[in-house]
Amino acid sequence: MESSKVIHAFYTDDEMLLDAVKTVKAAHHHIEEVFCPFPVHGLDKAMGLAPTRLAITAFLYGITGLGFAIWMTNYMMIDNWPQDIGGKPSFSWAENMPAFVPIMFELTVFFAAHLMVITFYMRSRIWPFKDAENPDPRTTDDHFLMEIPVHNNEAELTSLLSETGAVEINVVDKH
Amino acid sequence: MSHYEASIREPLVLGDKSYHDITEDIAKPIEGKANKNWYIAFYISLAAMLWGFGCIFYTVGTGIGVWGLNKNIGWAWDITNFVWWVGIGHAGTLISAVLLLFRQKWRMAINRSAEAMTIFAVFQAGLFPIIHMGRPWNAYWVLPIPNQFGSLWVNFNSPLLWDVFAISTYLSVSLVFWWTGLLPDFAMIRDRAVKPFQKKIYALLSFGWSGRAKDWQRFEEVSLVLAGLATPLVLSVHTIVSMDFATSINPGWHSTIFPPYFVAGAIFSGFAMVQTLLGIMRKVTNMEEYITRMHIEYMNIVIILTGGIVAVAYATEFFIAWYTGSPYENYTYLSVGAATGPYAWAFWSLIIFNIITPQFLWFKKIRRSFIWTFIISIAINIGMWFERFDIIAIVLSKGHLPSTWWRFEPTFVDVGIFIGTIGFFFVLFLLYARTFPVIAQAEVKTILKSSGEFYKKRSEQGIPTKPAIVVLDAASKKEDSDNNLNG
Repeated sequence: MESSKVIHAFYTDDEMLLDAVKTVKAAHHHIEEVFCPFPVHGLDKAMGLAPTRLAITAFLYGITGLGFAIWMTNYMMIDNWPQDIGGKPSFSWAENMPAFVPIMFELTVFFAAHLMVITFYMRSRIWPFKDAENPDPRTTDDHFLMEIPVHNNEAELTSLLSETGAVEINVVDKH
Repeated sequence: MSHYEASIREPLVLGDKSYHDITEDIAKPIEGKANKNWYIAFYISLAAMLWGFGCIFYTVGTGIGVWGLNKNIGWAWDITNFVWWVGIGHAGTLISAVLLLFRQKWRMAINRSAEAMTIFAVFQAGLFPIIHMGRPWNAYWVLPIPNQFGSLWVNFNSPLLWDVFAISTYLSVSLVFWWTGLLPDFAMIRDRAVKPFQKKIYALLSFGWSGRAKDWQRFEEVSLVLAGLATPLVLSVHTIVSMDFATSINPGWHSTIFPPYFVAGAIFSGFAMVQTLLGIMRKVTNMEEYITRMHIEYMNIVIILTGGIVAVAYATEFFIAWYTGSPYENYTYLSVGAATGPYAWAFWSLIIFNIITPQFLWFKKIRRSFIWTFIISIAINIGMWFERFDIIAIVLSKGHLPSTWWRFEPTFVDVGIFIGTIGFFFVLFLLYARTFPVIAQAEVKTILKSSGEFYKKRSEQGIPTKPAIVVLDAASKKEDSDNNLNG
């Protein structure tokens, strides 16, 4: 199948990669993926990736945690089994609220942090026993890999990529 | 280059290093064999740990009566250890979270190990309240679970329960923060592993991290948000620990300055422990070019600052104890009574180790000396242990009536469990130093061009950090090769 052919262009420098991504984008080629050993600042913008919404989810999870803490303290301390502890009776949640602030804070953080990280793992498909998907082991060391699908334009892409300083260009059948 | 750094700043990575050199340096201790010193340290720690476990079994089997507690001093050495370990566990998240928010690039060389230290220290801290329950198999009663599983609902008015929530949140969030940062570094070890078993293990640990551009974008956002969440969290933990004391009505404990002063003390002791550990680790694992004199100096500056806050808090407590004119205040842990009474040795240990010793760090020569830093950090570790011991044992040793004047005398079990936790801590840390990437190599690579010695020197000479483009000739292009090695 024609469309399963991709070009793997390797770079050994982050700035060179960033320039190459810009060049390839300017020449109106689709960049399928870039694998990096470390975060390259501005790469997501250069590739045209949408900003991540994980921070928004963290906020929503935090609100959920806060709500859960309010419900839990009210249910356990006021509603289900009210007690008079040390002369401080449990008549209303609002009056006892100051003692619950630490719980409310901790559960807000707990929910926001853990659920955000779980969302990140699910969205980026990383979890125990997951097989790695970087096509070349050097991409976790010092090589950057740009993957571009080939549509009968192999020669054109190859010459474009060599001019951007790729140290190795391979045409690969994607499994 | 991610950002410009003035050439007057000292480099954060020494030597003539490329990205690949960083990989090699970080992978070396994992791929190489442990030397004799590592084994000696490991077996000593293991012996201490086993001794401590023996003391724990003895305590649980016989009862809390084997400790030196009495009707007046209902908690002493154990809670001292608990607060001491929690305090030590503060530097890691402070370094990785607060310094990330402040964009302090020097944190990158030390955050991994500091966080490991945090997690291992909080393990030790968590042991003490559980052992002190006497019936640790009922430890789950501290969780808010329905009544038929235990006693009544837990009491959310109690600072001890706040502790349960604060410490478990802190431990779990720190662990997740640490592990997420470890994923790319585990992936690096995985991708260069030669032995199949090693490759399997690191593939499992790395969760299949592939380093896509989108993954990195999310990774950075998650790190930033986690840092934002962990910053108030780290401040909340010791605040809540201090409330164990501050919400009581004992003179000497009932003090509104406890929360900020405990937090400062925790950071103070945490950084001291980081200095102790990294002082050894940088030598043993050959990380001298990453954990430099400058890193040590910066941490010493944090120690001077937080130590100063602690000293001011001591002075305030001492002054107020005297100024109230109340006889009950005259045997709080910072008072004339404490300085001259039967616990004078503990009082003066605190003053000497915690207030006087750190002042030497004002001298730049000492602040930048590895050996002096190491000695002072040990002194602070001891001093901070005495702070908690003084707060607990001295305050409880004299109640309002002479019939409640008792003294705490530790038994071998008290001491044994403490030594055991130190052993356990070092066992974990030594295993970590041999199997985990001890420096966040992916992050260090991002600052190599702006803060590495080699690139800084080149920038001064006006040489761009970006290498010149060498166009490949057609012959070197490999056609239809299948190098999908991970697929």
